[in-house]
Amino acid sequence: MPTAAFQILRGDANNGRFESYSLEISEGMVVLDAILLIQAKYANDLAVRWNCKAGHCGSCSAEVNGIPKLMCMCRMSDLPLDKPVLVQPMKAFPLIKDLVTDVSWNFEVKKKIKKFKPRPPDAADGTWRMAQEDIDRVQEFRKCIECFLCQDVCHVLREHQLHEKFVGPRYFVQVASLEMHPLDVEDRREDLKKANGIGYCNITKCCTNVCPQDITITDNAIIPLKERVADKFYDPLKRFFRILFGKK
Amino acid sequence: MSSYDTYKYDVLVIGAGGAGLRAAIEASARGVTVGLICKSLLGKAHTVMAEGGIAAAMGNVDDRDNWKVHFTDTMRGGQYLNNWRMAELHAKEAPDCVRELEAWGALFDRTKDGKILQRNFGGHKYPRLAHVGDRTGLEMIRTLQDHCIHQGVEVHMECTIITLLKDGGRVIGAFGYERERGRFKTFHAKAVILATGGVGRSYKITSNSWEYTGDGHALAYDAGAELIDMEFLQFHPTGMIWPPSVRGILVTEGVRGEGGVLLNKNGERFMFNSIPEPYRNQTSDNEEEGWRYIQGDKNAKRPPELLTRDHVARCIVREIKEGRGSPHGGVFLDISWIKKKISNSEEHIKKKLPGMFHMFKKLADIDITKEPMEIGPTTHYMMGGIRVDADTQMSTLPGLFAAGECGAGLHGANRLGGNSLSDLLVFGKRAGEYAAKFSKENNVGIIDEKQITATEHYALQPFEREKGDNPFDVQFALQDMMQQLVGIVRNETEMLRAKEHLRLMNQRAKNVFVTGNREFNPGWHTALDLRNMLLASEAITMAALERKESRGAHFREDYPDKDPNCGKYNLVIRKNADGQMTIRQEPIPEIREELKKIIEEMK
Repeated sequence: MPTAAFQILRGDANNGRFESYSLEISEGMVVLDAILLIQAKYANDLAVRWNCKAGHCGSCSAEVNGIPKLMCMCRMSDLPLDKPVLVQPMKAFPLIKDLVTDVSWNFEVKKKIKKFKPRPPDAADGTWRMAQEDIDRVQEFRKCIECFLCQDVCHVLREHQLHEKFVGPRYFVQVASLEMHPLDVEDRREDLKKANGIGYCNITKCCTNVCPQDITITDNAIIPLKERVADKFYDPLKRFFRILFGKK
Repeated sequence: MSSYDTYKYDVLVIGAGGAGLRAAIEASARGVTVGLICKSLLGKAHTVMAEGGIAAAMGNVDDRDNWKVHFTDTMRGGQYLNNWRMAELHAKEAPDCVRELEAWGALFDRTKDGKILQRNFGGHKYPRLAHVGDRTGLEMIRTLQDHCIHQGVEVHMECTIITLLKDGGRVIGAFGYERERGRFKTFHAKAVILATGGVGRSYKITSNSWEYTGDGHALAYDAGAELIDMEFLQFHPTGMIWPPSVRGILVTEGVRGEGGVLLNKNGERFMFNSIPEPYRNQTSDNEEEGWRYIQGDKNAKRPPELLTRDHVARCIVREIKEGRGSPHGGVFLDISWIKKKISNSEEHIKKKLPGMFHMFKKLADIDITKEPMEIGPTTHYMMGGIRVDADTQMSTLPGLFAAGECGAGLHGANRLGGNSLSDLLVFGKRAGEYAAKFSKENNVGIIDEKQITATEHYALQPFEREKGDNPFDVQFALQDMMQQLVGIVRNETEMLRAKEHLRLMNQRAKNVFVTGNREFNPGWHTALDLRNMLLASEAITMAALERKESRGAHFREDYPDKDPNCGKYNLVIRKNADGQMTIRQEPIPEIREELKKIIEEMK
């Protein structure tokens, strides 16, 4: 069995340093396996979040060799083992300890997004009818596992730290899932423009590239939302008609 | 020395998976204050792992379906040890619970006429599982989470409860710690709902995450509540087995629901070789008819791969034991074969089972549209748990309620796939409703400071020792032992050995040693979880020894047959006055005449 060297960030925001570990690698092993083995054998207090270990829950987000990833889906065999594997916490959020960051900001942002508001049921049985074709694109957005890797990689948050003015790709995906939901009648465009700061996104597609669920964040969620915002706020003729006919 | 923050609620919900969230929503909607405790971050609980679907007799795909058929299927699957009242309520209320999710924004896959699509699953007579590809659990938890956060529920993330607080015989709160700083928290509540999930972490091969350490089972037991049916632990037939690092990860039953077949190394569909009597007239006896069923032919009977999980898991074990297994000690699950039947099979599989496609591709280098998967049984679900009243979900202790996997009764000796998500909704809702009612009818209890001081002392002991066992080592030893001695196939000799091991491990657990400080320290968390894991393991072993027959998920090679006399009781576990675990047989109450007739008619 080959041996791999690891450099893992240990400590908290005031006192972080890389510590070295080495471990025998077995077939099929993922980075999370390695971290958990190191934890069990050498560092019982090594802090890391994980749950499902199958890419379904989005807990084990970290940066492996500098790239934001789910550690449970990152195979050791895909990494170069001639140098140490570098494992760090997500950079866009304050460090709590080791690989665990304070992601509570995300949960606060979510609360501020206007909730789902369905139109009245239209079928006799008190429910709705929807065609699969009409929900396909929303189902893509609802694949999101809230791993926050898109938030981590987004330069508006990562470099510019505009957490107060910009909600980040994850929440544009959520707003898109609501705005394009066939039953929803709420209007979130003003929030998108102002509170959510969609204008800060300059569509570099970094979020799309790291999404472990392969959600086409930029093209399918953010750009259509930007268009809707432009439609509402920057198209005087359409605006006039909307006022006249009260359309969304 | 006591130092902790105190929070006061009318209703405290411990656990934030499907059942906990649904309970919190309901209680809050009834006008009481609610606190919700998550062991992880919100939205990461095990519900998110559920893949196949939510069982509800909506009859959208086959209009012959109704609550009576669902009720009968659930009772048959549970080998009639189920709490029949729960099975009745569940079958009747599940459809509305699913529709409610849709009204909260869930988007299920659709039928051609725009209704919620339903798929086939093991033990269900008709296509019954509302689903979203193979990520139904994610859809469900996100819908509940996003609804719940607008309800004024106060959420405590990454918080673990160590003990329930009592005032006399009544439960009046809970005490625990938050992970981030390791500080203690006291929760004072008029009613407490446990929704902590299962116990799978006591086993080496499991689909469960680190959280599933039997917390609710142990908290309730310690407080004096009764546990039932602890011998019935479900081993899901299809977990990943190769490579070693993915061993145990769940492969949805939806694969079989979409036409996947089980094969041994000779390429034989071995499930045709043993069809249990109660299912004979519902099961096809040839491949051609099975495929017609999958295609929606209402005159066809379902393929034997869709028999109940207990039976399928045992057949797989038999194939492996008799030398017909796959190279890595499992059997083959093949969905790629449908390319012989439909032209766009690759696209179809990716659309219906996108998660499975992705997972096998990524973790096992297998393209499931082209080649078979290797699978084997994995510890999945605890049928047993806290004994509750069917209508109110209150445990045998006043003020303590339980819902979801940690509660018990609905599933009897074996749970049907899809019945857990509906269980979470139906009984989460009921627990929320009745806990809110209880909280309105009762005053706050008085917290006993001594109980808190003693718990704090207990919780900090691992830091005070100079040396001792590594908590992870004890956990691994327990997992190995339970896997080997109290697994799918059980016998008295091995289980007596397990009892002795458990006694020694309890000693080891009392001497574990933790390095570092209280801030986000998994060594410490594991040290505290050990007690719960050991307690759940002890209850499983004790009940499994006591039930001297084979039924449902409980298989004894020394008593391989079903014994009609054993079908008349549930096993009830509780702590006696000396702190010892005791077990007794509790006769199953006579089933209501009307329900009995329904079962007879559908035999």
